[in-house]
Amino acid sequence: MVETTVPGDAGPPSAPAADTLRLGGVCKSYGVGTPVENEVLHGIDLALRPGEFAALVGPSGGGKSTLLSLMGLLDRPSAGSLHILGEDTGKLNDSQLTRLRGSAIGFVFQYHHLLPAFTALENVMMPILAARGRPDRDMRDTAAALLDQVGLTPWRDHLANNISGGQQQRVAVARALAMQPSLVLADEPTGNLDTKTADGVFDTLRRVNEASHTTFLIVTHDPRLAQRCDRIIDLVDGRIVSDRANVAR
Amino acid sequence: MNPLLPFEWIAAFRFMREGLSQTLLIITGVALGVAVIVFMSALLSGLQSNIIRRTLNSQAPIVVLPPEQLARPLRQGGVAVTVQPRSQKLRSIDQWQKIRADIERMPDVTEVTPVVSGPGFALRGNATKAVTLIGIEPESYLRVIALAEKVIQGDITLTSTDIVIGTELAKDLGAGLGDKLRVSTASGAVETLRVTGIFDFGNKAVNGRNVFVGLRTAQSLLNLVGGVSSLEIKIRDPFAAETIAQAIYAETGLLADSWIKTNAQFFTAIAAQSLSNTVIRFFVGLTAALGIASVLVVSVVQKSKEIGILRAMGTSRGQILRLFLVQGGAMGLAGSMLGSLLGYVFLLVWQGVARNPDGTPLFSIEIPPLLFLAAAVGATLVGILSAVVPARQAARLDPAVAIRG
Repeated sequence: MVETTVPGDAGPPSAPAADTLRLGGVCKSYGVGTPVENEVLHGIDLALRPGEFAALVGPSGGGKSTLLSLMGLLDRPSAGSLHILGEDTGKLNDSQLTRLRGSAIGFVFQYHHLLPAFTALENVMMPILAARGRPDRDMRDTAAALLDQVGLTPWRDHLANNISGGQQQRVAVARALAMQPSLVLADEPTGNLDTKTADGVFDTLRRVNEASHTTFLIVTHDPRLAQRCDRIIDLVDGRIVSDRANVAR
Repeated sequence: MNPLLPFEWIAAFRFMREGLSQTLLIITGVALGVAVIVFMSALLSGLQSNIIRRTLNSQAPIVVLPPEQLARPLRQGGVAVTVQPRSQKLRSIDQWQKIRADIERMPDVTEVTPVVSGPGFALRGNATKAVTLIGIEPESYLRVIALAEKVIQGDITLTSTDIVIGTELAKDLGAGLGDKLRVSTASGAVETLRVTGIFDFGNKAVNGRNVFVGLRTAQSLLNLVGGVSSLEIKIRDPFAAETIAQAIYAETGLLADSWIKTNAQFFTAIAAQSLSNTVIRFFVGLTAALGIASVLVVSVVQKSKEIGILRAMGTSRGQILRLFLVQGGAMGLAGSMLGSLLGYVFLLVWQGVARNPDGTPLFSIEIPPLLFLAAAVGATLVGILSAVVPARQAARLDPAVAIRG
């Protein structure tokens, strides 16, 4: 394995519009103004370019989930700047953030969190439905095509609870892609799955990345899966200790 | 998915279907509450309108009388004098035709009828009975008092030589249809009149005392030629009687007694009944609201991860809020429909059970469609209101925290 520094991260900042995501000196503290104030992230600088397939690794408690929450606009940084598709998110209000999150970012979590009252197809439709307000033929076709992409067409009308764990996670992947996001954030997407199923889901992510040129950031504890990503970012104690292109692939 | 429904409604109904047993339990609870309210309200309003109808059948809502005559001391100040109240002789209402026309023009008044009434004696053979002579103009009087339906023999056309008497008086005097009576008054006037009708008001005192004669006959017997002793008034809304009576007093300066004032005790009872009904409604409504709220609070806790995911996917706080408000409203509406049906069945059963000894219903219960509409709207509102707290709780969930659990 050869480690190299990824250009564009160090040196003069390139135009923000070129990056899917750009963090500049991002800090996150909890309990601000109280005696137990605790800074979890210390000055993170990071950029993700369109079509990248990156892994975020590091020990538990290192701030990976917190960083992911910030990137996913589920939370705001205490300091520093966060640009998504060139837009400075610090200048947006809550409802603008919600809209940007809905249209630009897709999530895949360790647990699928599908809505059990809906079928696989309806779960994939859900983000589009929430954005447009009413169901229509077009979102149904989009969702069907996504389910086909993750190989679940035969199960599309099954309720979310009536399919296997691997299938549920693949539905969650399809759901994350429903709004054709520029960035997909995956938090241990295969953490609950056995090795074989995990490989299947990971292959699905990889395939989507290659087909749609969507940027992926995958948090994982599994070094085997990290090695299959193009770039590996190591976060320890709230600091990026290494950020390298994985040329071994 | 129904393309006509917005996202919030689709999700709300799926969520309710998912927790079907909880949903059905709470709908049943709301239904029982609504059934109790519908049943009690219909029963009470039936009871009250029954009593009111019976009262107003024999009494005009408003009676206008000439002003009382007051004694005026001739000497003022200095000397101690006792002013005795004057005796009130039978007097006519001054210019009653004009006043009648004035009152008839008032918007809430539907009919005004002149009445001459005073004391007299009915004599037949050796029998003498004290009676209250009531001289009426049948055409308009029958539109104020439902006398026609109380006449059990003969009719109430009342020419100048006719008299209509009660069953009790007929028995005491031994008089039947077509028999003649002599009627005399304190002024010394005597008339011989023919019985052309016999009435039964279902009240022994009234049946024994009241006699109806033509207006002119009463005027000549009571020495009140051309005058009337009172104007009886029918109005659109019996419960507005007191207000209208005061308006008449203000306009004419005449005494105007409403049935609400003359039956004050009865109205106190009705008011107490209505108040207790309102209190019961309030607590039943509160119980239903707390039931709905508790189910939704549990649902928010159970679904917090899913709510977090929905928020992460770009669902707005408003959409989440509405999702739970719709659930509350739908449960309230469904409960009220089921409850209205249940209340209706209770009422039918009650009508079948509560009967007079002769098999007729104890009293007729009115089931106004508006009551069901009010129950439906009320329960839906209660449902939405009780969903406010859990819905806000759901909308406020921090997606990052909710997903991590």
